[in-house]
Amino acid sequence: MRDFFTLSVIVATVASGIRLATPYLLAGLGETVGQKSGVLNLGVDGVMQLSAFFAYWTMLERGSLILATLVGIGVGLVMGAIYAFVTVVLQAQQGISGIGIFLFGLGFSDLMFRRQVGSPRPVPQLPEYGIPFLADIPNVGDALFQHNLLTYFAFAAVPVLALMLRSTTFGMNVRAVGENPQAADSLGVSVGWTRAFAILIGNTFAGLAGAALVLELGIFQPNLTAGLGFIAVALVYFGAWRPVGIMSGALLYGLVAASVLQMKALQIIPRSASDIAAMAPAILTILALIVLAGRVSAPAALTRPFSR
Amino acid sequence: MNDVSSSTPVADQAAMLSMRGITKRFPGVIANQDVDFDVVAGEVHTLLGENGAGKSTLMKILFGLYRPDEGEVRLNGKPSGITSPSTAIEAGVGMVHQHFMLVPTLTVAENVALGLPSGRGPLTNLDAVSARVSEISEAHGLSVDPSTEVWRLSVGERQRVEIIKALYRDARLLVLDEPTAVLTPQEVDDLFVILRRMTDEGRGLVFISHKLHEVMALSDRISVLRNGQMVGQTIPSATSREELAEMMVGRSVKLVPDRPPVETGDVRLEISNLSVRGDRDTIAVKNVDLSIKGGEIVGIAGVSGNGQREIAEAVAGLRAPEPGGSIRFDGVDVASMGTRARRDAGLAYVPEERMADGAIADFSVSENLILVDHASKSFTKSGLFDRQRIADHAKKLVERFAVKTPTIDTPTSSLSGGNIQKVIIARELMSDPAVLIAAQPTRGVDIGSAEYIHSQLIEQRDKSTATLLISEDLDEVLGLSDRIAVMFEGEIVAIVDAADATREGIGLLMAGVVDAA
Ligand SMILES: Nc1ncnc2c1ncn2[C@@H]1O[C@H](COP(=O)(O)OP(=O)(O)O)[C@@H](O)[C@H]1O
Ligand SMILES: [Mg+2]
Repeated sequence: MRDFFTLSVIVATVASGIRLATPYLLAGLGETVGQKSGVLNLGVDGVMQLSAFFAYWTMLERGSLILATLVGIGVGLVMGAIYAFVTVVLQAQQGISGIGIFLFGLGFSDLMFRRQVGSPRPVPQLPEYGIPFLADIPNVGDALFQHNLLTYFAFAAVPVLALMLRSTTFGMNVRAVGENPQAADSLGVSVGWTRAFAILIGNTFAGLAGAALVLELGIFQPNLTAGLGFIAVALVYFGAWRPVGIMSGALLYGLVAASVLQMKALQIIPRSASDIAAMAPAILTILALIVLAGRVSAPAALTRPFSR
Repeated sequence: MNDVSSSTPVADQAAMLSMRGITKRFPGVIANQDVDFDVVAGEVHTLLGENGAGKSTLMKILFGLYRPDEGEVRLNGKPSGITSPSTAIEAGVGMVHQHFMLVPTLTVAENVALGLPSGRGPLTNLDAVSARVSEISEAHGLSVDPSTEVWRLSVGERQRVEIIKALYRDARLLVLDEPTAVLTPQEVDDLFVILRRMTDEGRGLVFISHKLHEVMALSDRISVLRNGQMVGQTIPSATSREELAEMMVGRSVKLVPDRPPVETGDVRLEISNLSVRGDRDTIAVKNVDLSIKGGEIVGIAGVSGNGQREIAEAVAGLRAPEPGGSIRFDGVDVASMGTRARRDAGLAYVPEERMADGAIADFSVSENLILVDHASKSFTKSGLFDRQRIADHAKKLVERFAVKTPTIDTPTSSLSGGNIQKVIIARELMSDPAVLIAAQPTRGVDIGSAEYIHSQLIEQRDKSTATLLISEDLDEVLGLSDRIAVMFEGEIVAIVDAADATREGIGLLMAGVVDAA
């Protein structure tokens, strides 16, 4: 048994925590934008599985990380368009539609994997790049500034989305249609289009999250996400519908998960307890949700279809 | 009562708005049937009618929210081209909706800017909006802070934001759908001054209301809708409140109920030192003392949100009072009793939220009529419902209270608001209660049903019930009460004998001006 609290172990844990946080952060940010507009998407996990599979398949066939990432985004856009059609145009009940998307994503990615790939083969992973100068700072550089591009993108998206929601006309429209769509409509804001765009943004982020997950691992297996997308939805509540809040939640989740992995590797946690330890991040999230419950309120029109 | 056609020539020459032959059908109802309506610059044209007469529908057609099935809308002589709210706004039409169209989590400036291009590409330009809002506020006497989030504002302030929104878009024609429903009498007076200033600038206003004294005070012209049809047009100097009511309802109605003097008995409801917390956990009712004798109706006047609801719920046993106070029915302290025990002690309660708290929407009329007494021996036989007795009971009450329902097995939710309320009142009065709490007994109820409900409340008073009436409708409070208690910020600031009460005096007290009456 070795000591957890050594500098090198902590640096490695923080670095891996940030990596692990990336798909949660991307998916959670996307879900936030959708929910801010009043649309709940419980299908995030399914979208992630689809985009993860297609990004992986692209890697196998073409070997291009850029192409694979773009395919992941494309899958998100397509699923977003479908979800927007179902919830905005057909005004279907959002909870059950999202579950439908999830089941479709789970089943279809599994099917495609069995038919097209069969047994898992590794593909090249996303390379890590050091940010010039910052990466050279001892320890801190290795922990914070030595990551892949999708991780940088995810964290850069936090202030960008915060600014978009707070200070752009589109962001204001999103907040308005999520809170009181009748009011927005009465001022000529198109509730349908605003929600459709918010859904597209949300699903694009989910698609990117799936790509980030699979390209970081370098391998695919059925049900790769193992519920990650649902945790991302929970993180939106945890983060009180604020990008910075989502980031805190994703980091908490990633860091706890990384610590558990690290402690298992160091055999601080006995093998017999490892399954229980693996639940730690989820339990922590649930506890945090309980503590935070009722402090902030969801967008008032969340899950409510709009019609005049 | 003038005919619509006789007064249109004036309107035709200078009409900013002219609606012709408007028909709008919804499944099962014709909301507007061949309606003509116009507005000239500088006038207040009132649209008067009962709930459900089709006023909002007509104005939503004007605003592009609904499309008419037939008919034509012209602005300044030309087809309006309005197909949506944004085209309406472009055409200079503004609308202050009956239910405020504000986003509570957005600031005043954001609410005003919503839907407009910012002039700064994708970014908003709230500083410029705030500056313009301040200008408009100043010019029209509509003071409000542009950077405040709307949920922090009072209803009166929210209304001002709605008007500012329309002025910001330079609406030449402004529709105000029941703008006074939530205001104090003083706020109404202030609003009228603001509205007059707007007509002086040459804007045309459509004022929708069913409050007759306001209609008489503000209007230049009055058009009356009934069941979707325009039944007449007149001007205030040529009509009276009674005549307007008759046009609205289609028969003569008593606006002020007959309230013969009656011998009062012992105190039946005695509230002393009652304090109650509201939903936000702050004290909503402060050290209130109030006693009501048998044969007496005491009305509580006050702007909603000043503790009236909390008092009613505390007396009804739905909200725990703070320790130290007492609530007595016929001398028995019920403050620690549950609702069942209070009902057994003589309580009846007509709650404010009729569909949420007063009746079960999916239950039939007969089931709702026994909701309070369903366990009593009179409706059960060996532990099961006695269908025959329940049906007899329901038939009797439906007849006695003139409830319009196809059958006693009809789901209550398919009745009109007025008839649902009659079902509730019938059930509550059936027990001949010692104490009756009637909260907003006729809100949203048609004039005919309201008239009937008023007569029943007075009849019950004459049977020596102590009635606590809570109403936002000051006319109702003035018309029904023997004494009027005015609430302001959780306290009863004055109790006035009905004989000495005036609208103005009570209005000032409601606004917190204590040495007024
Ligand atoms: N969107 C709608 N769908 C179906 N029926 C409606 C709709 N809007 C209004 N109605 C019906 O049309 C009639 C007129 O309603 P409304 O214009 O709101 O009346 P008012 O504003 O005069 O109270 C009512 O019977 C109402 O139930
Ligand atoms: Mg209306």
